[in-house]
Amino acid sequence: MAEKIKEIEKETSSISRDEFLSKLIKIGAGTLAATIVSNGMLGTASKLIAKSKNETPVKRKYHYGMVIDTRRCVGCRACVLACKAENKTPPGVSYTVVFEEILENRPNDKPVFMTKPCFHCEYPPCTDVCPVSATYKREQDGIVVVDYDRCIGCRYCMTACPYSARWFDFGENYPAIEQGTDWSNVPSPEYKQFRKREHEQSPIGNVRKCTFCLHLQDEEGKYNKAEGRWPACAKTCTGKAIHFGDFNDPNSEVSILLRERQYIRLKEELGTSPNVYYLI
Amino acid sequence: MNFIKELLSDKNKVSQNLKKIFWIIGSLLFLVGFYGWAVRLIDGHIKANYGSIVTWGLWVAAYIYFIGLSAGSFLVSSLVYVFNYKKFERIGKLAVFTALITLLMALLSIWADLGHMGRAWHVMIYPNFKSPMAWMIYLYLIYMLLLVFEIYYLLRYDFVIGANNETLKGKLYKILSFGSKDKSEESRLRDKKIVKVLATAGVPIAILFHGGVGALFGVVAARPHWHSGLFPILFLLSALVSGGALLTLISSIFQEGWTKNREIVIDLGKMVLGLLLLDILFQISEFLIVYRGGIPGHIAGWDLVIKGPYAWVFWGWQGFVGTLIPLFLLTLKRKSPQWVALAGLLIAAGIFGLRLNIVIPGLAVEEIHGLTSAIYSHRVDPHYFPSLSEWLLTFGIVGFGMLLFGLGEYFLPKEDESKTELLSESKV
Ligand code: SF4
Ligand code: SF4
Repeated sequence: MAEKIKEIEKETSSISRDEFLSKLIKIGAGTLAATIVSNGMLGTASKLIAKSKNETPVKRKYHYGMVIDTRRCVGCRACVLACKAENKTPPGVSYTVVFEEILENRPNDKPVFMTKPCFHCEYPPCTDVCPVSATYKREQDGIVVVDYDRCIGCRYCMTACPYSARWFDFGENYPAIEQGTDWSNVPSPEYKQFRKREHEQSPIGNVRKCTFCLHLQDEEGKYNKAEGRWPACAKTCTGKAIHFGDFNDPNSEVSILLRERQYIRLKEELGTSPNVYYLI
Repeated sequence: MNFIKELLSDKNKVSQNLKKIFWIIGSLLFLVGFYGWAVRLIDGHIKANYGSIVTWGLWVAAYIYFIGLSAGSFLVSSLVYVFNYKKFERIGKLAVFTALITLLMALLSIWADLGHMGRAWHVMIYPNFKSPMAWMIYLYLIYMLLLVFEIYYLLRYDFVIGANNETLKGKLYKILSFGSKDKSEESRLRDKKIVKVLATAGVPIAILFHGGVGALFGVVAARPHWHSGLFPILFLLSALVSGGALLTLISSIFQEGWTKNREIVIDLGKMVLGLLLLDILFQISEFLIVYRGGIPGHIAGWDLVIKGPYAWVFWGWQGFVGTLIPLFLLTLKRKSPQWVALAGLLIAAGIFGLRLNIVIPGLAVEEIHGLTSAIYSHRVDPHYFPSLSEWLLTFGIVGFGMLLFGLGEYFLPKEDESKTELLSESKV
């Protein structure tokens, strides 16, 4: 293959520019050819940069993820509210949602409920498209984050996420904030940045998403379930359906569940390799 | 009726009146735009109707539309300056100028769409070379510089000659000639050479950045409606169609309009017809493959296009007004510039429908079944119709572009004023 390409390259370089152009016009495929060439170029360029993707798996201290038991979820949506209360997300922004699927042929059964945070994909398509690298996968624990001060709000990442896990903050507020009540003065602990909502200030105008409540980690990057430093949704889940933990640790709850139970991941065909598993 | 007859009987009157109509529409649109911009700047995105499902709306559609017009008209101009196609020489400068104005319009629309307009420069200091969007922005900058230089060297000689006059134009030319006083024949030849180099460099850049806009959508595997290898090529084709159509319209209104540009309008009409047919062929190919393939996710987007709530955009706007009528005009009335110009207008308008039908249906499909009923918020809704402020801001950009173009057309040297140039050129 490589030799062939070299041959072709040799051939093309021996044609002078004028000849080349006139040839292009003649076959009327100037635009076509250039597009193919250019796409090829971009392709190789990005491949060079993306080399790490499949060949060298990133060595990570922690590999956080979730295992969600669809049989235990009762659809109470406590996780949705717990997340709102923890991260102080505005109306229209919900880092996790519960959607329901009525089983075909068994309409009288309880629907299958699924809570859906960001999956913190191993190969997140959202980070690749960001023109300013404002969103990225953290090296230490694989959590996908957004740098609010860098993000320009283009929303390209939202189109690229196959799971609708990203939300644009339009600047809408709860009445409490508009009225300036005490509650509204509590800042959001997100990313340990403790931002208050202020007109036109980040995160308004940014894309936001689930962070696995990383502000609850200690200096080492560890969570602690006993101390309550645990993602709000998993902590609250009444049906105990949301399990959170470190896949690097073979004795963690999540690792054990994956060994013992059957699971699926959503849209695996896209190669995103989500870190949220659903037990079935 | 009589009024129209009278109008059409006197051809000079027609072109004059067309210009008047152009100025009136342009100013009106420009004025209503203030409302849209005010809302955008004061309230941010709150009054916009897109949300977290349909994340891109009218402004993005407008952006890819304008940028297509720019790439298209630039590529038409390259027929003159790169490929030496003498027939279009009269409108060469007009085409380059159009490319610059529409580029500005495109950048304005996408700028308004950013969540943080003040951070647009971040692309320069925090580049991500994996992102097609970043590549595009760099290419736009190169392209913009290139256009400005090309226009300067296209007009420098005229500026220098005109700078002697004591009129307003003369003064303006003096400024625009940037101190150049060289009226020699050699300098003109040198300008021509520079233009040729710039125009030649511009061709791959225009193809790259507009094919790149197609790739920007095409690479998004999460959206099956966009994820097609045909996309970069489709984008280029429809850019050529819309750019050619717009130039047909422009050259029949400006520079004495179709009274003088008759041949050019008719020729452009033929070119646009050919490109339009090719574009239709590509569209049909995409359509057939998707439906025959039968994968539900792929079909969902097209289902929205042909039988969703805005199917009229496809059938009425894009199909009937933007394709069928112009096809009819371009084949049966191809000899009369008035009708060809009208076809140009309709096609240019129709392609806007096509752009909308790329952006919105690609996003309006639930990625996770049941997601939009899981949360009650108008931001989580697959139905999107642009809000008043979105429309008005877009109109404002159109008006702004029209006024800028009108002013340029008025102030910049006309082809006829440098007739001597044309004559001596043909001797070269
Ligand atoms: S679920 Fe979406 S937002 Fe989260 S990492 Fe994957 S692609 Fe990115
Ligand atoms: S919205 Fe922000 S995080 Fe998303 S792609 Fe644009 S700049 Fe990056």
